[in-house]
Amino acid sequence: MLIRHPEDIAPSEITPLRTYLNRRQFMLAGAAGLLMASDAFAALSFKKGISALAANDKPNSLNDITHYNNYYEFGSDKADPAQYAGVLKTRPWNVVVDGAVEKPRAFDIDTLLRMPLEERIYRHRCVEGWSMVIPWVGFPLAALLKQMKPTSKARYVAFETLSRPSEMPGMAEGLLAWPYREGLRIDEAMHPLTLLAVGLYGNVLPNQNGAPIRLVVPWKYGFKSIKSIVRIHLTDTPPQTSWNLAAPNEYGFYSNVNPGVDHPRWSQATERRIGEFLRRPTLMFNGYGGQVASLYQGMDLRKNF
Amino acid sequence: MAHPISNPPLAVVKTLLFVLALIPCARTLLTVIQGQAIDPVAFMTHATGDWTLIFLMLTLAITPLRRLGAPGWIVRLRRMLGLFAFFYGCLHFAIYLVLDQFFNPAAIAHDVVKRPFITAGFTALLLMTPLAITSTDGWIRRLKRHWARLHRLVYAVALLGVVHYWWLVKRDLRQPILFAAILAVLLGLRLIWAVHRRWQAKKPCPSRHGLVN
Repeated sequence: MLIRHPEDIAPSEITPLRTYLNRRQFMLAGAAGLLMASDAFAALSFKKGISALAANDKPNSLNDITHYNNYYEFGSDKADPAQYAGVLKTRPWNVVVDGAVEKPRAFDIDTLLRMPLEERIYRHRCVEGWSMVIPWVGFPLAALLKQMKPTSKARYVAFETLSRPSEMPGMAEGLLAWPYREGLRIDEAMHPLTLLAVGLYGNVLPNQNGAPIRLVVPWKYGFKSIKSIVRIHLTDTPPQTSWNLAAPNEYGFYSNVNPGVDHPRWSQATERRIGEFLRRPTLMFNGYGGQVASLYQGMDLRKNF
Repeated sequence: MAHPISNPPLAVVKTLLFVLALIPCARTLLTVIQGQAIDPVAFMTHATGDWTLIFLMLTLAITPLRRLGAPGWIVRLRRMLGLFAFFYGCLHFAIYLVLDQFFNPAAIAHDVVKRPFITAGFTALLLMTPLAITSTDGWIRRLKRHWARLHRLVYAVALLGVVHYWWLVKRDLRQPILFAAILAVLLGLRLIWAVHRRWQAKKPCPSRHGLVN
């Protein structure tokens, strides 16, 4: 009797088990990839928000903003993040908001992306003495925190960056105490200028700029604006912050931009705006004094640097 | 007295070294002109600073290499290496003076006095200047034995250069540590040899006592 055997199946035809088990995700990824290719997917919808730019503030180019980054989890060179951050997986992604709140919760990033978004074009001043102007897209941190109903014990807000050495080659260098940590006083966190950014130039954040969600506190030195946040913890004690742990005499908890208080090793009186030839004077609170100076009334900013 | 020039022909080697030593400068300029440096002033400052230190280390490597068996003609390259260290040091300072501070004498004076890393770097450059000036054959003849003593300043220059780098780095000290380690080896070898020489001089000659081993 002749039994017809099916033709041998070429190995190349066989779907790998892993892909088979994840076939739904695989198809979704394909669809997402197609959408990504068009700008429609990456683009965010948002309204114009407060910007408070001066006449001589022009946004830096997307290339400047995405190729000159301090993000030590990917290396200490400013070109490292653009080179290495591509492998970071930003889905799935949860942001845990807990501590001194009535309704602690873990947010899926795609839930946060549905918050009403607005564009905020902010000056960004690095503690190293350079600056940029950056068109962020995001929502006020206060909008999120209010949903959580902070208790009376919520005096500070602590933030934590993702710690995933397998995708963050710079972590092996051990330059800072990981995970990267930052903190704000509750009134600073609730200030309308304080932003959780999810986009840049109208599109979702590139990984090297802190995808999928980062803090932007425009009147403080750039390192306060923590990237790739996974946890927001409200507390009654001052949070530890990574740069303060690394060099307490050089990087204080507040780290407000202040041309009158120098870094112990270099001057903070001037800055070079990326793309400009000459240095320009640094402005008190990075030019946002009108909005934020009242937060620090009566404080000695030389001591509370 | 003319030295017999052994092969390879020294003129060729020197020309080659001269061209090679200009490549970092050319590459840095090219990167800036092509608009590939996002902060060109910082980029040029770092590149010229790095190459100043590299040429200082190369200059200091000649004597140990020679003692470890390298051919004698490499000594004839030392002057050019030292002058290139000075060349990159001058470029480094010029970029700071013109592009970074734009001839702001008050800001520069403030920096030199108040910023220890700038004080160290500036002192290193000042100390290098007489060495560059007296590097000619004429000055070597005129200064006689004082010339060698004067040129020992290069040890201080290299130390200050490394300290300058160490003090300015924000967090990642790996590169300053590398320079410091290289310098420690280069100066350490000299120290060991000097101690050894002194010890040899004090020791009675063994052969005289029939203690040949």
